[in-house]
Amino acid sequence: MNASADRLPRLLALVPYLLARPGIPIEEAAADFEVTPRQLRKDLELLWMCGLPGYGPGDLIDLSFEGDTVTVTFDAGMSRPLRLTAAEATALLVALRALAETPGVVDKDAVQRAVAKIEAAVGQAQPAGVAVGLAMREAPETAVVRDAVSDGVRRGRALRLHYYTPSRDEVTDRVVDPMRMLLVEGRSYLEAWCRLADDVRLFRLDRIDGVQVLDEPAAPPPHATPTDTSEGLFRPDPSQRTAVLVLEPDARWVAEYYPVDGLTELEEGRARVLMRYADTAWMVRLLLGLGGEVHVEQPADLVEEVARQADAALRRADHLPAT
Amino acid sequence: MAIARAERLVNLVLCLLSTRQYLTAERIRAIVPGYSDAATDEAFFRMFERDKTELRDLGVPLEIGRSAEFDNTDGYRIARRDYELGDVDLEPDEAAAVALAARLWDSPQLTGAAHGALIKLRAAGVDVDHEVHTAVEPKVRTTEPAFPPLLAAVQEGRVVEFDYRKLTPVEVRTRTVEPWGVVAWRGRWYLVGHDRDRRAPRCFRLSRIVGDVRTVGKPGVVDRPDDVDLLSFVKRSEPSTQAVATAKLWVARDRAQGVRRRARVVGERELDGVAGDVLEIDLRFPDSAAAWIAGFGADVVVLEPEVLAKTVREKLVGALRGAGVRA
Repeated sequence: MNASADRLPRLLALVPYLLARPGIPIEEAAADFEVTPRQLRKDLELLWMCGLPGYGPGDLIDLSFEGDTVTVTFDAGMSRPLRLTAAEATALLVALRALAETPGVVDKDAVQRAVAKIEAAVGQAQPAGVAVGLAMREAPETAVVRDAVSDGVRRGRALRLHYYTPSRDEVTDRVVDPMRMLLVEGRSYLEAWCRLADDVRLFRLDRIDGVQVLDEPAAPPPHATPTDTSEGLFRPDPSQRTAVLVLEPDARWVAEYYPVDGLTELEEGRARVLMRYADTAWMVRLLLGLGGEVHVEQPADLVEEVARQADAALRRADHLPAT
Repeated sequence: MAIARAERLVNLVLCLLSTRQYLTAERIRAIVPGYSDAATDEAFFRMFERDKTELRDLGVPLEIGRSAEFDNTDGYRIARRDYELGDVDLEPDEAAAVALAARLWDSPQLTGAAHGALIKLRAAGVDVDHEVHTAVEPKVRTTEPAFPPLLAAVQEGRVVEFDYRKLTPVEVRTRTVEPWGVVAWRGRWYLVGHDRDRRAPRCFRLSRIVGDVRTVGKPGVVDRPDDVDLLSFVKRSEPSTQAVATAKLWVARDRAQGVRRRARVVGERELDGVAGDVLEIDLRFPDSAAAWIAGFGADVVVLEPEVLAKTVREKLVGALRGAGVRA
């Protein structure tokens, strides 16, 4: 959306917003509208010029400024915000319903109460043309792990994990100090201070093969900071390598799933992408499994390794007696 | 100029909200500041038409009518009860859920709409925090090129036409669909609607749509059944994941921990001169199991069932071809 298309809805919402919060700091109001304080002041100056027919001193919207705060003293009849459009109601209600259906995200009851209140306020409930199911496939074992891990997080206890690391294809034992649980793009994680790695780590719940809640308290060191998830879970690491892949239409999910930089549309729904990866062995496993749906262009050593391993696997399978 | 226009539009809304009489365009021209800038009648009507369209696009309910029988032109007003958002009183935990919901979308179409909703809720006096203390940050993306036109078609109730790629048999065919909704399920987007060619409800994966989505005919013609549950429809259309298939695998000694952790060792066997174990594994999701097994290369060989062995082989042959080697 461009700046001017955003402006009118903001102007219409500002007066009722301020009316509900007398004496609010301008900076705080700007943050709520996601604009700069400078822009907000411009908006207020504009509103000051608006009002009811007659447009005399008593007809115009009146604001009083005190220090860095603002109060509406005359609203010119604009005391409530405009109703939600169908698109706005859809975006919010569909997201709420998706959250309600996902275990362990938010209090389901609170979500359902919020949905009911918003539906009531919006007026005529029309069927939304969008639906979202956030839940991923989860094995019964993972549900058991989830219960134990949330117990440890809630009670602030250290955990002993039997954990599978796919990049090295190994299972290790480690003691961790839980910080919180996360659900990102449909996957559940435990964020914890890992005493083995001496750092904050994210542990995917479906890779925890065993979990034991210990008697000792969770004690992440003061410098253990939570991962910023706003840019995705995995940030680019300068040591990562980049592969050039051509995805067939059915493998396009790869571009949504993994860290991909450039995407070029090719004919027939195919796409060329640059995908970052940290570990060649892991990347080879991914590409072998995507067999036929992905064409690997670069780097040469990755292309060679995929070919070598696919060939070796086919030869070994050929040693089986024919059935 | 943009600023003058915003000011004119705010004044127009305030004026039409405050009147109980329908105001004719001429009357509005005389009252609302900004319209007197229009030098000619034509310039004014163009300006006024554009303003009405913008207000309607924002969802402002403009009423058209005549205040008295002897009026000979239509006038305009805004009914306050249709304009104003009703009372919303959210408890802190409900507001936290709303804040989280508004952040769910990672999509140009839906992020903006959710943000617009949030601004109105805040204006209604609801305090929605930026920082919600929750463990969770779910995200839903809409990167499929077909998403924006399909969402628009669903919201407008317009029939669509697109080329759709089928896997078995491999073919691309034009499909004409009355769209009921777009659905995200397990990280993939689907279109659900009435397939005019098949004369039945169908579910289409957006990633298999080839090229552009074209609209057919006028808006408002799609008649969506009231009782359809979009998400359940997609769930039902997906291949069942309930069936558990048991497979027997050969796994090289001490290799493929990722497979071993899900399997039971039932014997030992040497293959191709390499020591290994025979493992039994329950595959809950047979459709993705082949890709996963193929990933372990020569460390894992499928002993049975034959169909899985064959699928893994196809993946490996495909990977060879994908690496530029002709098998």
